[in-house]
Amino acid sequence: MAEKFVKQYKTVHFNLNGNDVERSVDVRASLTDMLRNDFRMTSVKKGCEVGECGACNVLIDGEAFNSCIYLAVWAEGKHIRTLEGLLGPDGEMSDIQQAFIDEAAIQCGFCTPGFILTAVEILETGKEYTDAELRKLLSGHLCRCTGYENILRAVKKTMYKRLGKAMPE
Amino acid sequence: MPKNVGKSVARVDAFEKATGRAKYMDDLCDRSALIVKILHSTIAHGYVKSVDTAEAETIPGVVKVLTCFDVPDIKFPTAGHPWSMDPHHQDVADRMLLNRHVRYYGDEVAVVIAEDEVAAAQGVRALKVEYEELPFVLDPQKSMEEGVPQIHEDCPHNVLAHTDIRRGDYQKAIQEPGLIRVEGWYDTPTVQHCHIENHGCFAYEEAGRVVVVSSTQIPHIVRRVVGQALGISWGKVRLLKPYIGGGFGNKQDALYEPLCAWCSTQVGGRLVKLECSREETFVSNRVRHAIRTHIISWLRPDGTFVARKFEAFSNQGAYASHGHGVVAKGMGAFPQLYPCDNLECDAYSVFTNTPASGAMRGYGIPQAMFAGESHIDDVCRALNMDPVAFRRKNLMPMGYVDGFSKNELYADTFNQCMNKGMETIDFVRKYKEYQNQTGPVRRGVGVAVFWYNTAVWPIALESSSCRMVLNQDGSLQFQTGETEIGQGCDTAYSQMVADAVGIPFEDVHVISTQDTDITPYGTGAYASRQTYIGGFSIMQTAKALRERILNIAHEQTRMPVSNLDLVDGQIIRISDGRVLKSLGDLAMESLYSMEHSQHITAETTAQIKTNAYSFGCSFAEVEVDIPMCKVKLVNMVNVHDCGTLINPALAEAQVHGGMSMAIGFGLSEQLLFDEKTGKPLNNNLLDYKLSTFLDHPDLQAEFVENAEPTSPYGTKALGEPPACSGAPAIRNAIAQATGVYVRRIPITPHVLYAEFRKAGLIED
Repeated sequence: MAEKFVKQYKTVHFNLNGNDVERSVDVRASLTDMLRNDFRMTSVKKGCEVGECGACNVLIDGEAFNSCIYLAVWAEGKHIRTLEGLLGPDGEMSDIQQAFIDEAAIQCGFCTPGFILTAVEILETGKEYTDAELRKLLSGHLCRCTGYENILRAVKKTMYKRLGKAMPE
Repeated sequence: MPKNVGKSVARVDAFEKATGRAKYMDDLCDRSALIVKILHSTIAHGYVKSVDTAEAETIPGVVKVLTCFDVPDIKFPTAGHPWSMDPHHQDVADRMLLNRHVRYYGDEVAVVIAEDEVAAAQGVRALKVEYEELPFVLDPQKSMEEGVPQIHEDCPHNVLAHTDIRRGDYQKAIQEPGLIRVEGWYDTPTVQHCHIENHGCFAYEEAGRVVVVSSTQIPHIVRRVVGQALGISWGKVRLLKPYIGGGFGNKQDALYEPLCAWCSTQVGGRLVKLECSREETFVSNRVRHAIRTHIISWLRPDGTFVARKFEAFSNQGAYASHGHGVVAKGMGAFPQLYPCDNLECDAYSVFTNTPASGAMRGYGIPQAMFAGESHIDDVCRALNMDPVAFRRKNLMPMGYVDGFSKNELYADTFNQCMNKGMETIDFVRKYKEYQNQTGPVRRGVGVAVFWYNTAVWPIALESSSCRMVLNQDGSLQFQTGETEIGQGCDTAYSQMVADAVGIPFEDVHVISTQDTDITPYGTGAYASRQTYIGGFSIMQTAKALRERILNIAHEQTRMPVSNLDLVDGQIIRISDGRVLKSLGDLAMESLYSMEHSQHITAETTAQIKTNAYSFGCSFAEVEVDIPMCKVKLVNMVNVHDCGTLINPALAEAQVHGGMSMAIGFGLSEQLLFDEKTGKPLNNNLLDYKLSTFLDHPDLQAEFVENAEPTSPYGTKALGEPPACSGAPAIRNAIAQATGVYVRRIPITPHVLYAEFRKAGLIED
């Protein structure tokens, strides 16, 4: 016989892209599921759902997480940012989004939101990183289109711009 | 003078993708969809005796369970090829929606349709399948042996197809005294496309028809296959293709669209969604053919080829999919790349009990180039010749014409590309410096070239259709059946349209989504055909639209058509250059005229009966840690002649991605199977070693631009070529560094450990 089970729900209160929100969620749901299904944050992509590809990356209290292996209920009290939160009030793009466009770092676009959010995490440290360090910091994301080359250029360019330094050759 | 073609304009879909607004399949699916999950076979070969569905049907939320005993008795083909009116040239129809005869570990046995994912997954787990097991085989050459069970009833010795090429008299030619014989067997692995968006689709019925929205490269073809698989007329199917998260050939096949569409028809036309997990994508979609190639070359001591033998055994897996086309394309490169008077070439596509092999970026050429270009360095070693000098002497010369495709090598492309690559990587100096090294850590540089045919003529139909519709403000929408899959064709097309019509780039609006109800017929994204083939229908349709516009301009201005031009969105009188009116004013007047109202559109089909060679090369520099059996790729350069660049920045980005795929092919990627059960061992992104950010050096892409005379825009293939020559260049660099000429990829530490021990470079 099939197991009898009763669905359990819990109300989660958190801040999503600057707004306080609450939702009653299935306690088994992942943060990816909640953000995509309940809030229609379609920038949160599903590539593997087991924390291998990085497509579902979001910032939780400023730190990058694979939202597919983060339970929705753990969002309680957290500040969560998705790519949707990066646009300015009048739809202005952030410098890092523009850099991804300018450096041709976008192809199919499926890994892009996750990469940009990790780039935000890196840039918000205000530190200067070497290429090797940037590669390591970005290595939680898989991309099959770009060979990562232009993504590195976009992040590096934005880093130096924010630091007010010329990019070394 | 082109104003937009040749410029690195930003992608037309960049804003959408940089902000997460671009809608992919799952973003478009209503949350009310029923969820379809598949039960895959847990044996590699056998028959399903029964499926006990009783327990699954009691699970709350399970709506319906369907098994291989329920499906229509129809076998259908899946390959993303244009339909052929010649029955002998049609794709092999060898699978059903769900299969009683299961032919690989992962075949489709049953589905559970449920209200949510959890119920669907629980339903699948509760199904009990009874199998009658048969012996299975994983290796294509073993599969051809006597006594091996037939995987498909009509294929003795499991050979799907065997084709050959004969030229001159090989047996006689090899009798020449003093020849040097070089022989090798070369193995390439089963790899997967690993687009970051898994394949998925959703389906529902509307007005007596079935609508499918799918992550596919080939909407018009999939529409036909859904019709075939369900046994309904093709007009009853509507297929939509939104943005897709990569394809690389996997989605150049009908994957689960037919099954998903059928599931909808079994629940009264309700909305159903079928999304592959990553684990399913690896095994139950398509993979790249693993090919074992045997090459024997007979040469004079001066480095002249006298006779060559080529045999390739291609692992087709369990179903025909793209069939023999892949290894046949690889074999087709052999006599052309290094012309030789005496040849014996044979290619076999052999069924095994492994995942079905289909199209993957390069379509047999990465495999053929690994074998062929590794072999060239083996020859150079035997003859003690410089690998670049040998290639210069023997590669297809300028002016070469292929008898079958009528392709011509119009320029001294190979030398130009190699020169540029050598300069970029500083090859001559490094090659000399890295000769005769000793010590545990050594460096090497290697080269490999490639051959790639653009598009599929004359093997199959090449046509493209385009529609343009002018708006009141003088801007236009256009659409083609050729699909944006990440490679950037929407942007390249928009550049072409702006120039061909004579309007500003901002006034060109591409309709990215293909909808078979609306989009003119086109076969989709494959064979690196998009810019080449699409260019014809865009040029032709733009011409037709301009003709209409100028005729209307004549009506409105009474100036002769011959004295009118459309430049930058303005109607110009040629004789004095005066702007008579804007295209927007013309369109307004035309649309709302009380005398002669007409909306301004054009639509044409271009059939293309040419094909174009695309060439290039890779240079790799490696550092090999011999005791650790580890290879570090230090430097890599690809040089391409894909004709005139339409968008240099996007072209460069395309090359980076192909190089990355080649690096994985050469050094790390391989889908493995348990010899005892046929079960896949590493069908996930943790255990399957896709290249990460840390596995690449800086990738350098260079171009040689020889305008292709057969293309209206001077362009030719660039989508697949970057993936073709990287792996053998890495292999040849390792050979220079260590003196060990590895003949299998991926060149992992496991492979090198055995090779280095054999060569006496390391001890236990």
